[in-house]
Amino acid sequence: MRIRALIVRIIRQFIHDKRTLALLIIVPLVVLSLIYLVFDGDSYQPRIGAVRMPEPIAQRLIERNAEVTRFDSAEEAEEALAGREIDAVFRFDGGAPRVKLEGSDPSKNRAVMAVMQAAMQDLAALQSRAGAPGLPAVEYLHGGPDMSTFDSLSPVLIGFFAFFFVFLIAGVSFLRERTSGTLERLLATPLRRWEIVAGYTAGFGIFTSLQAVLIAGYAVGALGSLMVGSFGYVLLILLLLSLTALSLGTFLSAFADTEFQMIQFIPLVIVPQVFFSGLFDLESISPWLRWLTHVTPLKYGADALTDVMIRGEGWSAIAFEVCVLLGLTLVFMAANVLALRKHRKI
Amino acid sequence: MSSPTACISARGVTRRFDDKEVLHGITLTVRAGEIFGLLGPSGSGKTTLVKMLAGIDKATGGEIDVLGTRMPKLEMMNRIGYMAQSDALYTELTARENLAFFGSLFGLRGGRLKQRMQDVMALTGLAEHLNRPVGAFSGGMKRRLSLAIALLHEPEVLILDEPTVGIDPVLRKAIWDELEALSRKGTTILVTTHVMDEADKCHRLGMLRGGRLIAEGTPEELKAGSGTSSIEEAFLHYGGVRA
Repeated sequence: MRIRALIVRIIRQFIHDKRTLALLIIVPLVVLSLIYLVFDGDSYQPRIGAVRMPEPIAQRLIERNAEVTRFDSAEEAEEALAGREIDAVFRFDGGAPRVKLEGSDPSKNRAVMAVMQAAMQDLAALQSRAGAPGLPAVEYLHGGPDMSTFDSLSPVLIGFFAFFFVFLIAGVSFLRERTSGTLERLLATPLRRWEIVAGYTAGFGIFTSLQAVLIAGYAVGALGSLMVGSFGYVLLILLLLSLTALSLGTFLSAFADTEFQMIQFIPLVIVPQVFFSGLFDLESISPWLRWLTHVTPLKYGADALTDVMIRGEGWSAIAFEVCVLLGLTLVFMAANVLALRKHRKI
Repeated sequence: MSSPTACISARGVTRRFDDKEVLHGITLTVRAGEIFGLLGPSGSGKTTLVKMLAGIDKATGGEIDVLGTRMPKLEMMNRIGYMAQSDALYTELTARENLAFFGSLFGLRGGRLKQRMQDVMALTGLAEHLNRPVGAFSGGMKRRLSLAIALLHEPEVLILDEPTVGIDPVLRKAIWDELEALSRKGTTILVTTHVMDEADKCHRLGMLRGGRLIAEGTPEELKAGSGTSSIEEAFLHYGGVRA
């Protein structure tokens, strides 16, 4: 069978080209590990400079995991702040508390403010003694107090890696088929256009499935990413997402003449998808840009992965996304069969 | 239909790319079992013409029949062996893997595929390089492997676009001897070339210049008709240039 011949050839090419195989399989794992190390560290310990601070407040701050340095004068504290030895200065001007933040890093600002508020609330609760309304009891519908930034990013990240590397490798391989003249040679055989596209999808599909299992398995098993739902659904979504990337990459390669032009699709096609994929909150996005979120495959994949991994949802929650990804794959494949008409009409 | 011995016949074939017509009404006949040389300088439209004869490209106007079948037709690919001007090979694969891939596209498998692979590699003098990656091949070796692939499925019609470019004289002679042998066995062969001394080895020639067929006939006829002693002079004569 001719499709089988194409699949065997693609497997052999991968076996000979171990570097590309590594890019597809090992690089996502390495990058995922790096991101894990960056985001899964202990929560930041803010450094607060205290100027004439009453001892009970300082105690509460230390209990809330802040590093408190005491200063005798505001000038000394300001100097330390300018030298970035501390993140904030906390002082009392005639009884009223005042905070001055170093301010150049929003995440540090938030850490300081969170610690301050918690400490002040602790203090207030202590002073009002029992009977007064204390702090509300907090419950979580999804996730939990121990959920790290990495846990929340992980569904988007594994979706992104499944998408990005497959897009690049499949796109460039298909393009090379054209630039090296082998596509023309293929078209001088009885191979049908749809068989070329199907063979490519199946051949690369084997490696993208392998990649999906490894990325998801590594993120959940080795990096301990939060995983509430079914692992099988995660694999299904990842596989469909990478098939979408595969069909989109091979289709777009028809519009590139060189590998360099293929690389130019990254800022055009991949980077915007990252912004709309859920790494950033999209509630505040300009309304005239919002429609873009509906045409980005990565967004559907990331939404479905988040539903399964973090919210533990089942089939009913991801059915729509799964259908969209499947539909996009088929549309891109059909478009590619049509694009090949440029090279042979029959 | 022209004469029953016609293997390839083109009638009034034109090819237009966007607004530019590169072939203007080509009419030629390649007879069964002959070696037909398509002679012309680079840019004369040789490759465009053979791609249409091989059924990869479709003519804008006119008709092409190969073995009595109107082209392009996918089924005909099984009966045509095509060798492109550029070496269309997978450089990361070995020669054996390249052959196996193209062989199975033509439906060859098992012992028959193995036998054919050995035959064509012996024929092109590459037998001992079967397991080497093609990326390590020299230009001439790649050219020979491309030829081996075109011969793999024993096609009735061979269409070779500049088959001997970059091949040394000894091997070039070997390849021409082989083409001669194939032709005696009944294979119809169409080769393009811009090397005039190769043209003498063809049974009949078509001279292509600026997208027009300026002459057609045996080398002897062409030389006699133009009153010249070499194909090169004959080409200049038919091209309207007085030598």
